[in-house]
Amino acid sequence: MSVVPAGALPAGVLTAEEAAPPRPAALGPRARLWPSLAAVYRAQLSRARVARIPLLFVATFQSVGIMILMRGVVDGGGEARAVVAGSSVLVVAFVALNLLAQYFGQLRASGGLDHYATLPVPPAAVVLGAAGAYASFTVPGTVVTAVFGCVLYGLPLAHLWILAAVIPLAGAALAGLGAALGLLAPRPELATLLGQLGMSAALLLGVLPPERMPEIVRLARDLLPSTYGVEAFARTFAPHPDWAHVLADLAVCGVVGVISLAVATWAYRRAAVR
Amino acid sequence: MCAVRGLTKTYPAVRGRRGVPATPEVRATDDVALDIGRGEIFGLLGPNGAGKSTLVRQMTGLMRPDSGSVEILGHDIVRHPERASRILAYLGQESSALDDLTVSLAAETTGRLRGLDARQARAERDAVLDELGLTALASRPLRKLSGGQRRLACFAAALVGERPLLVLDEPTTGMDPVARRAVWSAVDRRRAEHGTTVLLVTHNVIEAETVLDRVAVLDRGRVIACDTPNGLKEQVAGEVRVELVWREAAPLHVPEVAALRDRTVESGRRWTLRLAPEEARTVVATVTGGAAFAALDDFTLATPSLEDVYLALGGAVRQGLVKA
Ligand SMILES: Nc1ncnc2c1ncn2[C@@H]1O[C@H](COP(=O)(O)OP(=O)(O)OP(=O)(O)O)[C@@H](O)[C@H]1O
Ligand SMILES: [Mg+2]
Repeated sequence: MSVVPAGALPAGVLTAEEAAPPRPAALGPRARLWPSLAAVYRAQLSRARVARIPLLFVATFQSVGIMILMRGVVDGGGEARAVVAGSSVLVVAFVALNLLAQYFGQLRASGGLDHYATLPVPPAAVVLGAAGAYASFTVPGTVVTAVFGCVLYGLPLAHLWILAAVIPLAGAALAGLGAALGLLAPRPELATLLGQLGMSAALLLGVLPPERMPEIVRLARDLLPSTYGVEAFARTFAPHPDWAHVLADLAVCGVVGVISLAVATWAYRRAAVR
Repeated sequence: MCAVRGLTKTYPAVRGRRGVPATPEVRATDDVALDIGRGEIFGLLGPNGAGKSTLVRQMTGLMRPDSGSVEILGHDIVRHPERASRILAYLGQESSALDDLTVSLAAETTGRLRGLDARQARAERDAVLDELGLTALASRPLRKLSGGQRRLACFAAALVGERPLLVLDEPTTGMDPVARRAVWSAVDRRRAEHGTTVLLVTHNVIEAETVLDRVAVLDRGRVIACDTPNGLKEQVAGEVRVELVWREAAPLHVPEVAALRDRTVESGRRWTLRLAPEEARTVVATVTGGAAFAALDDFTLATPSLEDVYLALGGAVRQGLVKA
């Protein structure tokens, strides 16, 4: 209950009754999808540059280290292609999945989502902007890893341009997954844990040659969104790449990306209004 | 402009887990009704945990109330929470969404997400940073700023892209007097030029006294008083505040002093009493003469401020005379 004394207002201030508009007042403008996506992307990319550069180094060194270790186990052939492709995509997984899950988990727990939720911005712009920024942030690390791997294992550098398709597509799939995990996890520690697990999965299932794995692990590998990106990339190292298969793998990757970003957008909507 | 009726929100009880104690159910908003007029600076005053943030989060569409209604400029915010973002600008207690951005990018991005085009957003950003004296800090990330500077930068972001209602949750926490003045003159300017309404959460009573047109005092989710600062002060007008500062410990061996003890709010060497004027005179006479005087360091006698109202209305939370 409250006491609202009429006439207690200072002079010049309207009372609620006088001010009550006969019909709802006009609303402010809505932010449109593309401009706000671009704004979020730009802000997130600068965020990542300020705060996450050391982590990109960690991600790259991790992948380079794995390739050096595996050098003793595999020698050339399909296995070497899988290791190089898997290690490169692992950089994407580290940043887009693991770090984005952490970011959204913390943002949600600290009340930071309130900032976006009180701005007239489409949820998709926030999720896609952040996912896109994290994915582009991985580009230098992924390229360095891929080039180093090719040199180390004597693979051709000719078709590395395929990374221009692999990074955005695998990035979309992994970033969507990471954002969804971060936004859905009930606690930020859990979001961090899920992100780490997702990355470990990408490491085990993406880098280790599938031929040596039991059936059940191979099934799990087929379910991981990054797998198709890894496969597409690995195929391009062949002397005469099978472009139809490459395209098919990338298409699957793209579809998974669209689905996982849609799930992340739904998760954001759900997390923003409690 | 803004009407709240019967608003109620209960946080559910949380079962304890290992290392995390259970928390009971909390009724954070309890049948609250408010009316805020256009152009008003309306304050919510209350102790920590009184439910101020919970109340404004429901009014900004961030949280769905269990029951009750919120209407802002004719829009039903409970049914259409997404409309809130097109009517009001909200400055929350947390800044984590902006922490890694530079001051300038935080303001510009917020403006763009409030629907401004790139040119407008940059122009408004420059104007607001200049108005608040933040231009020199524009290229520094918020994380690297002091607490008060960071708060001011978040306030700047809230001002980019004009809105008829500003909802500010403790905007001046940690700010020095210069920054505070910048905040209040920015608010005043918007009120004078556009008739902007402000809903302000605070527990700074001095601020409340100087900037607010009206104030609602919140205690455990309920509005226990709502009036102009002067109107509230009149509720405790019959009282005088006496502050005694002892040199070391209070001279409890003096019977008159010992008798005062259970009516006192003690904080270290400082005793605060709220008394009727007649009584206050007696107390002052007692401590300034006789045996107690040797132990006295300083004393003041003051007419009630909003702080006294706040303490007096604070109910069970503290001792003190409830005389409302
Ligand atoms: N997410 C939550 N879950 C459970 N209880 C909560 C939650 N948030 C707040 N509370 C409880 O609800 C009550 C009101 O909290 P609220 O944050 O609204 O207080 P406040 O008046 O804003 O305090 P402060 O001045 O410290 O900001 C408190 O008792 C608090 O413990
Ligand atoms: Mg609060």
